[in-house]
Amino acid sequence: MNKKAIFFLGTALSSIASSAHAAYDLNLKAPVTEIAAQIFDLHMLIVWVCLAIFVVVFAVMFYSLYKHRKSVGHKAAQFHEHHTLEIVWTIIPALILIVMAVPATKTIFAMKDTSEADMTVKVTGYQWKWEYDYLDKNVKFISNLSTTQDQIENKAEKSENYLLEVDNPMVVPVGKKVRVVLTASDVIHAWWVPEFGVKQDAIPGFIKEVWFKAEKEGTYRGQCAELCGKNHGYMPIVVEVVSEEKYNDWLSAKAEEAAAGAAGADKEWTKDDLVANGKTVYEKNCAVCHQATGAGLPPAFPAITGGKITTGPIEGHLDIILNGKNVMPAWKALLNDVEIASVIAYERNALGNSVGDIIQPSAVKAARK
Amino acid sequence: MSQDTKNYYLPGPSFWPLIASISLFLLAGGFAMVLNKVAMGTPLMIAGGLSLAYLLFGWFKEVIGESVSKFYNKQVDISFRWGMGWFIFSEVMFFFGFFGALFYARNVSVPWLADAKLLWPNFVAGWPTSGPGITEAFTAMGPWGLPAINTLILLTSGATLTWAHWGLMKNQRTQLKVGLALTILLGAIFLYLQMHEYAEAGFTIKTGIYGATFYMLTGFHGLHVTMGAIMLAIILFRVMKGHFDSHDHFGFEAVAWYWHFVDVVWLFLFIFVYWL
Amino acid sequence: MSTTTAAHHDDHGHDSHGHPTGLMRWVKSTNHKDIGTMYLWFSFAMFMFAGALAMGIRAELFQPGLQFVQPDVFNQLTTLHGLIMIFGAIMPAFVGFANWQVPLMIGAPDMAFPRLNNMSFWLLIPAAILLLASFFVPGGAASGGWTMYPPLSVQGGMSVDMSILALHILGVSSIVGSINIITTIFNMRAPGMTLMKMPMFVWTWLITAYLLIAAMPVLAGALTMLITDRHFGTTFFNAAGGGDPVLFQHVFWFFGHPEVYIMILPAFGILSTIIPTFARKPLFGYASMVYATAAIAVLSFVVWAHHMFTTGMPVAGQLFFMYSTMLISVPTGVKVFNWLATMWKGSMTFETPMLFSVAVVFLFTIGGLTGLVCAILPVDIQLQDTYYVVAHFHYVLFSGAAMSIMGGVYYWLPKWTGHMYDEKLGKWHFWTTTIAFNVTFFPMHFTGLAGMPRRIPDYSQQFAEFNMISSLGAFALGISQLLFLYVVIKCVRGGTKATNQVWEGAHGLEWTVASPAPFHTFETPPQVK
Ligand code: HEA
Ligand code: HEA
Ligand code: CUA
Ligand SMILES: [Cu+2]
Repeated sequence: MNKKAIFFLGTALSSIASSAHAAYDLNLKAPVTEIAAQIFDLHMLIVWVCLAIFVVVFAVMFYSLYKHRKSVGHKAAQFHEHHTLEIVWTIIPALILIVMAVPATKTIFAMKDTSEADMTVKVTGYQWKWEYDYLDKNVKFISNLSTTQDQIENKAEKSENYLLEVDNPMVVPVGKKVRVVLTASDVIHAWWVPEFGVKQDAIPGFIKEVWFKAEKEGTYRGQCAELCGKNHGYMPIVVEVVSEEKYNDWLSAKAEEAAAGAAGADKEWTKDDLVANGKTVYEKNCAVCHQATGAGLPPAFPAITGGKITTGPIEGHLDIILNGKNVMPAWKALLNDVEIASVIAYERNALGNSVGDIIQPSAVKAARK
Repeated sequence: MSQDTKNYYLPGPSFWPLIASISLFLLAGGFAMVLNKVAMGTPLMIAGGLSLAYLLFGWFKEVIGESVSKFYNKQVDISFRWGMGWFIFSEVMFFFGFFGALFYARNVSVPWLADAKLLWPNFVAGWPTSGPGITEAFTAMGPWGLPAINTLILLTSGATLTWAHWGLMKNQRTQLKVGLALTILLGAIFLYLQMHEYAEAGFTIKTGIYGATFYMLTGFHGLHVTMGAIMLAIILFRVMKGHFDSHDHFGFEAVAWYWHFVDVVWLFLFIFVYWL
Repeated sequence: MSTTTAAHHDDHGHDSHGHPTGLMRWVKSTNHKDIGTMYLWFSFAMFMFAGALAMGIRAELFQPGLQFVQPDVFNQLTTLHGLIMIFGAIMPAFVGFANWQVPLMIGAPDMAFPRLNNMSFWLLIPAAILLLASFFVPGGAASGGWTMYPPLSVQGGMSVDMSILALHILGVSSIVGSINIITTIFNMRAPGMTLMKMPMFVWTWLITAYLLIAAMPVLAGALTMLITDRHFGTTFFNAAGGGDPVLFQHVFWFFGHPEVYIMILPAFGILSTIIPTFARKPLFGYASMVYATAAIAVLSFVVWAHHMFTTGMPVAGQLFFMYSTMLISVPTGVKVFNWLATMWKGSMTFETPMLFSVAVVFLFTIGGLTGLVCAILPVDIQLQDTYYVVAHFHYVLFSGAAMSIMGGVYYWLPKWTGHMYDEKLGKWHFWTTTIAFNVTFFPMHFTGLAGMPRRIPDYSQQFAEFNMISSLGAFALGISQLLFLYVVIKCVRGGTKATNQVWEGAHGLEWTVASPAPFHTFETPPQVK
């Protein structure tokens, strides 16, 4: 505790010092889609109107506070009603509201129009990662936070895009209307990219549609915007808007990756290779809950080390990883056969366990159906 | 104690509120434990239930005592009417929440799920349904037969109660007693049939949104009928002891209001849960 | 028995005819003043506790990175901070005011149902114990946010059940309490006290009580469905069974939005009482104030889905809820304007209660206007679940509700205790609170616009500076509340004797009785002309 406190003060002072040359963002992010631009302008309009109202109203109040004080000998008038006045200050606000409502209504209709999209991406929220599925392109991958635990625990220098960086960003072509169909597997998440003016809850069991058309190439970062459990703050969204041809290159690269993974499923693997490979898979996908050490966070997240399942019969182990249970997601949708075989090998033969047995990717493939 | 009924009767210090708080604490704490398989739970809940029973008995005894010793003037009587009226209103809002859920499920969520072909390729909207994920077949509850009979029973019980009330107004105690007894009997029959219906039902509370809404609504209604019947029994008991007279009998009316409210809820249930 | 003796005790500490003293006086109390006092102290204790939780939140958010608590613990702090502030601090405080003031203001001998009144209070205790104890069960306290959205809240452990049941108990307490208040107001008014002569505070509470009996049972329904989904296999909020997680949000916010007006209407009542006193001028537009309050109450039942703009409702729904929400600005504006007109050409002095009231008018309006910004659906797409919303609701809840409570306490403390509070310290408390409050919450508008989500224990570095400012402000804000505690205790202990009138410009029945108000008042009803 004490050491913490000292660290706390130290860093406090240092960052107060540094905050001199820090960026104080005051407004919405610079829009890169038509909708975001409309929202930006709409917000400006409302803010100025509200500011105007505010200034007028409180100019009156402060004038009165200043003039009508007892200490300056002002005698209280006794009036307490004035019907025209009452009507005026009911009507005028109402009119102002109409002025605001008109452009807002236009934008709403524009936001809702998902027709004539150039491409569709199915985005699924998981605790605590996003899955991107390029329908009709059979490209499908998981996108995890890539900031290291050390940075989060202040053991390492924080990177520039601390908490806003992922291993596999979503990639889309510039100037194309992208239709995003959203859902979630466990709890409600929300997919949000400020620059696109898109925020939509991902609701388990339901499909919600949004769209965006990025006008400018670049990397745009957002975060999950609906409380979804302990790592709600750690599931960012990164979208790279690239030129048409870069996009196509990326697509084919992804396709090869997938093919490679499938190929690996058919060859025989040695225990050590699986365990080695499993380490990376584990730390990417499992460590958030079961911890890098395998200690878990009981009662919610059981320990891997000496766990009932991880040291029990391997079939049970495979089953829970494939099909999940309560909070445990069904990984068959998320990992390929090699990854699953690897992580099983790792969990049984590392993290303080030494059951000894492994299961081949081919067997995993078989178990899928 | 003051016999002066010019003033609004203000009760002296009382232990009952504390007992109430303790009972609810035991019940809630115990229930939380039961739900999470903590052994302590059940005994705590039993203790809470007992102290709640003791509370209701004791508190009402005290109030009835004050009432028969004529501490309550007209103004107090009016207070009771306002109180009971708005209590029933709050009950109405409680059921409103569940009817709202039923409405939403039928008209919004189920159609939306049917549209989400990406997730539920072969789910078609319709009612009753157990949703896309629960595939066991089930047989829904039709309106005619038991439910219709139950409707008749409750409506009649409303009538017999009003008849009893007339008896009370006209100081015909036998008509009052018979009417009350009949009402209680009908209430009991209703409850019996309701349990029979549950036992026979071709689905459970786990049968998707249909089972959930069905048992939640009918269950809470049944609970209210039970409470109403018990209160009627207490009123009958008081009538036997010669309480109430033709112009001063709000205890009776309060329970009557409650009973009619339970009737009306049932009508809505019959229409929206069983029939449509 | 109390009804027969004319009561003239200056000190309600001891009481001559068979009222228990010591602890039993409070436990068995059927006296609206004692019960009011208990409500006020309870809510203050809860304010302190929930505030301490907020200090935890701000300490963790002082810097990027994890310093003090793990993410799940952070979510527990946030959730319980919200729940306890709303249900433990603000609501009971207002009920405390109602208990003390309503009978005094309408010339009633007590509340209509004194025993139920005491029960309403004592039900708060088990609820509070359940909430506090939930920190110590396996898995820790509820961490799904005060809104408890499923499916997340279905995942939670025993603490979620404890919170749900605590809210059930609080619901019973609120419903019984508001039935009591409605009955008192309609049936216990002194002869001549017509409805349209009632003090504005009584009016706002009458309407609030209606909001409570209409909204609380619906919350009970939502919580019941949640608990059956958790343990009895129902699928109200589970798509697989044909339910919908969003259904919970609809039912919850059908309660939740009226709830926020439940927390502001009594505050409006307090302002409408204090401002005329210190402007030495009758409240402007009494009738329109009443109608505006009623209009707000009615509208508050048809705006709930403005909390759900990002759930993907159909266009028709989105438009309806955007328009209805915007509309609420009109009656609220009427109130603001009426307060200004009351000050206008008055003869104002600025004792602590007035300082708080003026500040509330000013700061609440900021909160209201940011609320309006949120109401503009396309803009809310960017703001929903960001710190902009956190800023909005602290401006309406802290500088709206909580600061009017503080103003009200200073205003009536002399009547309650018989002593004047320490004006100098009171002013200190006001200025430190107001300044620290703005330092804490104003920057959140910017972090929110720049895209900082709420309910996160850690944030990207672009938000570091503003968060540090917020945290420093928050610690100052916390410490200044300790000053408040000191001032109140000092005043209870002693101080210059208060007159019956207390404030030069004060009007109304409560100022005709002695200070401190005797244990029993208006046993023979006063005549109101
Ligand atoms: C006391 C509590 C209180 C009050 C009074 C209000 C008042 C209002 N609130 Fe607030 N609100 C909350 C408490 C409150 N709110 C809370 C707790 C949340 C977050 C819940 C959660 O998610 O945890 C919330 C969230 C919230 C949202 C959802 C944000 C989001 O999650 O995306 C919205 C959106 O519409 C909203 C709107 C409004 C509006 C339009 C008002 C209006 O009533 C304001 C009206 C007042 C004014 C407008 C100012 C005075 C008027 C004038 C000076 C007249 C002239 C003005 C004009 C004509 C513009 N509120
Ligand atoms: C009326 C209600 C109310 C009040 C008065 C407050 C008061 C405060 N709130 Fe409140 N807050 C809510 C209602 C309220 N809040 C709600 C509903 C939420 C949403 C919850 C959710 O998302 O589910 C929320 C969320 C919320 C958040 C966002 C958390 C998140 O999204 O993760 C933050 C962050 O700064 C915050 C801060 C504060 C602070 C600093 C105060 C301060 O004003 C508190 C000042 C008071 C004290 C500090 C107590 C007195 C002092 C002591 C006890 C001594 C100890 C003090 C020190 C050690 C200095 N609150
Ligand atoms: Cu996912 Cu928050
Ligand atoms: Cu709202």
